[in-house]
Amino acid sequence: MNENEPATQFEQAILPHLDAAYNLARWLTGNDQDARDVVQEASLRALKFFGGFRGGNSRAWLLTIVRNTFYNWLEKNRPHEVSTAGDEELYGLEDPSVDPALLLARSSNVEAVRGAIEQLPVEFREIVVLRELEDCSYKEIADVAGVPIGTVMSRLARARKQLQEILADKSETGDRP
Amino acid sequence: MNCREIQNLLHAYGDRELDVMTSLEVEKHLQTCSECKQALENQTVLGNSIATGAPYYKAPASLRDSIIASTRQAAQAEQPRIISRRWQWNPLAAGLAMAASLALGFFLAMQFQQQSARDFLVGEIVASHVRSLLATHLMDVVSTDKHTVKPWFDGKLDFAPPVNDLTADGYPLIGGRLDYIGGRTVAVLIYQKKKHFINLFIWPSANGGETPQTTVKNGFNIVNWNHAGMAFWAVSDVSPEDLRTFADLLGSDTSPAR
Repeated sequence: MNENEPATQFEQAILPHLDAAYNLARWLTGNDQDARDVVQEASLRALKFFGGFRGGNSRAWLLTIVRNTFYNWLEKNRPHEVSTAGDEELYGLEDPSVDPALLLARSSNVEAVRGAIEQLPVEFREIVVLRELEDCSYKEIADVAGVPIGTVMSRLARARKQLQEILADKSETGDRP
Repeated sequence: MNCREIQNLLHAYGDRELDVMTSLEVEKHLQTCSECKQALENQTVLGNSIATGAPYYKAPASLRDSIIASTRQAAQAEQPRIISRRWQWNPLAAGLAMAASLALGFFLAMQFQQQSARDFLVGEIVASHVRSLLATHLMDVVSTDKHTVKPWFDGKLDFAPPVNDLTADGYPLIGGRLDYIGGRTVAVLIYQKKKHFINLFIWPSANGGETPQTTVKNGFNIVNWNHAGMAFWAVSDVSPEDLRTFADLLGSDTSPAR
C-alpha cells in the first residue's frame, strides 16, 4: 500500500497504541466486550478526526478519543455511574491508621490490588490507570482527561489514599480463600 | 511548610513532577519528619504493587483485525467518490496530474536515495523491536544484573557492548539478546520503563559523537547516537521525552570522561 495514503498514515498513528487504548477502555468499562465496543467506536471517530490531527503525541490523542467515547457510552448505558466528584474538596493528611507492614502484605496480593482499583470511582480509576500503567506524565493526563494539572494531582492523591484504605481494610474481613 | 502542605505535594514528589526548588524543600522536610516519610513509603509500596501486580490488558488480535477492517472500509467509502468526480470533470487535469506526479516521483527518488540507508536501518530496527515483543523472543539472557548480562555476550560478538543498569533512574535492565541488523550481528539490551520495553541496539561504529537523532516510525520512537566507538539505537513506544532521557543517561554514563 502507498505510504502516503491517509488510511496507512492513520494506521501507523494509532495501531501502536491499540494496547493502551484497550487497556484504558478495559479498566473503565470493567469487561472485555464493552471495552471492545468502546475502542472500535473510538477508532472510527479517530479516523474521522484524523485530518485535524497535527502530529505529535499520537498516544495521548488516541487516549483522549477513547476516554470521550467511553463517557458517551457510560451516559447511554450506565447513567447512574456518571458521578460528579467534587474536586474542590481539599484532601487531608494521609491516613495514619494505615499500617505500612499490612499495606505491604496486602499489596503483594495481585487480586486484591486489581479489586481495589476496580472499586475506585471512574474519574479516579482513569487517572490511576494512565499514571501507573500507562506511565503518562501529569501534563498528558491533564490533556487526556481534559482537566487542569492541579486536578490531576488532587485526584491522584485521593485515588491513592482510597486504594490504601481499601487494601488495608481487607484485613478486617481477611483473605477469603 | 507544614505536614499538610508537604503531603499535598508528596504524590507529585514521588512521581518526579515537582520543580527542583519545591522538590528540595520536600526532601528537607522528609529528613526530619517520620510521619511524612512513612506516607511517602506507603505511596511507593502502592505504586510498585500496581505497576507489577495490576494486569495490563493487551488488545485482543481479533479487535485489532476488526478495527483495521472497519477503518479501511470507512476510509474507502469516503475516497473513491471524490477522486472519480474530479477525473470526470476535467480530463486535462489527468495530464497535469501525471506531469506533477512524475516531478514529485523524481523528487522523492532523490530524497529516497539520501534517506534510504537510514530508513532501511530504521525499518529493520523497528521490525526487530516488534518481532521481539510478538514472538516472545525478547531475551536470550534474562537478568537484571549487568555482571550476568555483559559476560553473556563474550564469545558471541567481536566487540564488548557497554552494559549499564539504570534501575535507579527508572529504566531497569531486564536482559539481553543477539540480533542481526544491517548485515551484522549486534547486541541488544532490553530495558523497561513501567510496562513498556526499550530495545537498545549496539554495534561498533567509526562515526564520532554527533547529536542524537530522533525518528518516528509506525508510532514507535527511535533515537540513535554514537558514543565511544559504538552506535546506539534505542526504540520503544515510550514517549519521545522519556526516550531522550534514556539516551542522555546512557550517553553520559558510558562517557570516558567519567
